[in-house]
Amino acid sequence: MNEEKQRSEHSARDLSDEVAISIQKMDKWFGSFHVLREIDLTVYRGERIVIAGPSGSGKSTLIRCINALEDHQKGSITVDGTLLSSDIKNIDTIRSEVGMVFQHFNLFPHLTILDNCTLAPIWVRKIPKHEAEETAMHFLEKVKIPEQADKYPGQLSGGQQQRVAIARSLCMRPRIMLFDEPTSALDPEMIKEVLDTMVELAEDGMTMLCVSHEMGFARQVADRVIFMDEGQIVEQNEPEEFFNNPKSPRTQLFLSQILGH
Amino acid sequence: MPSKSSGVAFVRETQLPELPPPTFETGPIKWMRQNLFKGVTSTFLTVASVYAIYLALSMVLPWVLNGIWNANSIRECRVILDGAAGGCFSVLTERWNQLLFGVTYPADQYWRPALAFVLMFPALAPVLFSHLPRKLLISTVLYPFAAFWLIWGGTIIAPLIALAGFIAAYLVYRRLVSASFAAGSLGGLCTAVIVWWLGGYITEAAASVIALEPVPSRNMGGFMLNMILGVVCVSLSFPLGIVLALGRQSSMPIIKWICVMFIEFIRGVPLITLLFVANVVLAYFLPPGSNFDLILRVIIMITLFASAYIAEVIRGGLAALPRGQYEAADSVGLDYSQAMRLIILPQALKISIPGIVNIAVSLFKDTTLVSVISMFDLVGMIRGPILASTDWNGVYWELWLFASLLFFTVCYGISQYSQWLERQLATDHR
Repeated sequence: MNEEKQRSEHSARDLSDEVAISIQKMDKWFGSFHVLREIDLTVYRGERIVIAGPSGSGKSTLIRCINALEDHQKGSITVDGTLLSSDIKNIDTIRSEVGMVFQHFNLFPHLTILDNCTLAPIWVRKIPKHEAEETAMHFLEKVKIPEQADKYPGQLSGGQQQRVAIARSLCMRPRIMLFDEPTSALDPEMIKEVLDTMVELAEDGMTMLCVSHEMGFARQVADRVIFMDEGQIVEQNEPEEFFNNPKSPRTQLFLSQILGH
Repeated sequence: MPSKSSGVAFVRETQLPELPPPTFETGPIKWMRQNLFKGVTSTFLTVASVYAIYLALSMVLPWVLNGIWNANSIRECRVILDGAAGGCFSVLTERWNQLLFGVTYPADQYWRPALAFVLMFPALAPVLFSHLPRKLLISTVLYPFAAFWLIWGGTIIAPLIALAGFIAAYLVYRRLVSASFAAGSLGGLCTAVIVWWLGGYITEAAASVIALEPVPSRNMGGFMLNMILGVVCVSLSFPLGIVLALGRQSSMPIIKWICVMFIEFIRGVPLITLLFVANVVLAYFLPPGSNFDLILRVIIMITLFASAYIAEVIRGGLAALPRGQYEAADSVGLDYSQAMRLIILPQALKISIPGIVNIAVSLFKDTTLVSVISMFDLVGMIRGPILASTDWNGVYWELWLFASLLFFTVCYGISQYSQWLERQLATDHR
C-alpha cells in the first residue's frame, strides 16, 4: 500500500511539471471531413481535465486519438514520453499505460467480472494469475462491488458495469485514464455511483481526461475545463473561471443551454 | 345501532387442510383435455391423426417384425417369407463387414479401423468438453498419428516422423516468434520439411520395424471411408475457415484479396466438380508416375470446399460483434492475436455455432458424393457391389434405411452436442 500513500500525498493538488500527454498541431480527417483542427494540448501529470462541447465537436475523437483507437494524419501526440507512431509495438505500449472507459462499458460478456479484470494484466503484463486476482479484488473493492466478482457482465446493472470497466482499466495500473462520456448511457441514480468512483479516483491523483456533460463533476474535480466546437479547442480555463466568466460567445451559448434548466 | 357491517365480521378458527387439485385439472388428463380434445375440431384431428398413425404402423411394423435376418440371398428370403410382408434384413448381416469396411480391406485386419474408431472418443472428449482436464489433450494430439498407423498400416516410424516434424516445427516457431511472426512461421515450416525429408529415408530403410500390414488407400471403403473423410475434413476445415474469415477482414489488401477470391471461387463451384477435378484432372498436372493418394486428394478438395463456407459463417459472427469489443480489447493493450484468441473469436464462434454445425453435418453427408468418382463408401458399396450382386439385387428399402440410420445417428449426435454447447456458453443473460 506504499503506492497508495504516495498517491494520496500527491493529491494535494500540486501539479508536477512532468508532462503526461503532449499534443502538437494535430489534425484529423474522416474521409474529407476535417474533424480535428490544429489541436494543441499539454496535460501535466496528476491533472484532471474535463472536455465539454456539443455533439460532433470532436471531443471523443480527440481522446480516442490519444490511445490510437483513431489515427491522426498531421501533427504529433506524445504520451508518457513515447511518440505515437504507426508501429504496433509502440501503440500497444501506450495502450497498456493508458486506461480507457467507454460510454457503453464494453465489458467482455463471455468472461466473469474477475476474468474481465485479470485478462489484460495476465496476458499483457505477464503477471501470475493469483497476483492479478488479488489486484483485481483490490480494485473491485475500491469501486465497491467485490461481491459481484464471479458474475457475468450481463447480470449487472449499467452503473455496476461501468464501475467494473473502471476497475478493469485500473488493474493495468495505468498512469493516465481516459473517460469517453462514461455516464451518458446511465440512469440518474447510476450516474451518481459512477461519478463518486471517478471523484475518488481523481482524489488519488490519477491523471484524467474526461469527456463529459456532467458540469457538477467538472466543477468539483477538474483542474481545467476544455470547450471544443467544430473540431477546435475554443476555450480552456480553470472551472471557476470557465463557468462563471466564459470568454467566447460560443462557450457562453453552450453553457446557457446546458445550465439553463 | 345495527349497521350493515356488523353481520360481516368473521374470524377463522379452523385451518383449512391443503387438498390436491381435482383430477381433471392435473396430470395426463388435464394435458389431454388441453392438447387433444379441446373442442370439436381438435377432437376430430386427434382421432384422424391416430388413425393415420395406425395405418402407417400397420404397414411398417409387420414388415420390420416379420423381417428375415438369416437368409443368404434375396431368393432365400422370398422362399422363407412365402408371400408375406417382411424385410430382408439378412443383407445387412451377410454384408455387414462390406458395409462398414468395403470389399477390399483385408478381413483379418478389421480390428484396426474398429480400434481407431473406438480411440476417437477419448481423443475428441477433451476438445468437446472443456471441463475435462487439459492434460487429456495429449491424446487428441497423438490420435491422428495413431489412427493413420492403425488404418493404413506400415511401419510405426512413418507417423512418428510426421509427429517429430510437427514438434520440431513448433519448437523452432516458439524460438523465433518473439522476433517476428513471419520468421517463426517460415522457420517452423522449413524445419518440418527438413525433418520429413530426412525421415523419408529412415522410413524406407526401416520399413518393417513394428509394422502392420500396409493397406493402400484404394482398399478403403464402406462407412469407414465416410467416417475418415468426415472427421478429417471437419477438423481441418474448421481452423482453415477461421483463418480465411480473419483474412477476409484483414486490413492488408493482398491477404484480403486472396481470401475473398478463394472463398468466392469455391462457393461458386459445385462440390461434385471439385471431386472430379481431384479424381481426374489433378493427374494431368502431376508428374507421370507420381502416386498422389486419391483419398488425400479428395480430403483436400472437401476441406477447401467446407472451409470456404465455414469462413463465411464465422465472418457473420465477427460482423455481429459490436465495434466496442474490438476497441475494448485494443484499449487494454492486447495485441492482435491475443485480442482475437481471447476476446473476439470466443464470442464470434459462439454466435456461429448453429451455422458451423449446419456445415459440419452437411459436409459429413456430402462425403457420400465420393461414390460418384467410383470410391466405394457406404453409398458406393450399396449401389455397386451389393445391389449389383445376383444375391441381393432388389433389396432397396433395407439397405437405404440402414444407410440413413447410420448417417442420422451421427448427425443427430452432432446436433445435440451443439445445442448442449450453446446452453453451456450462454452467459449473456438477455
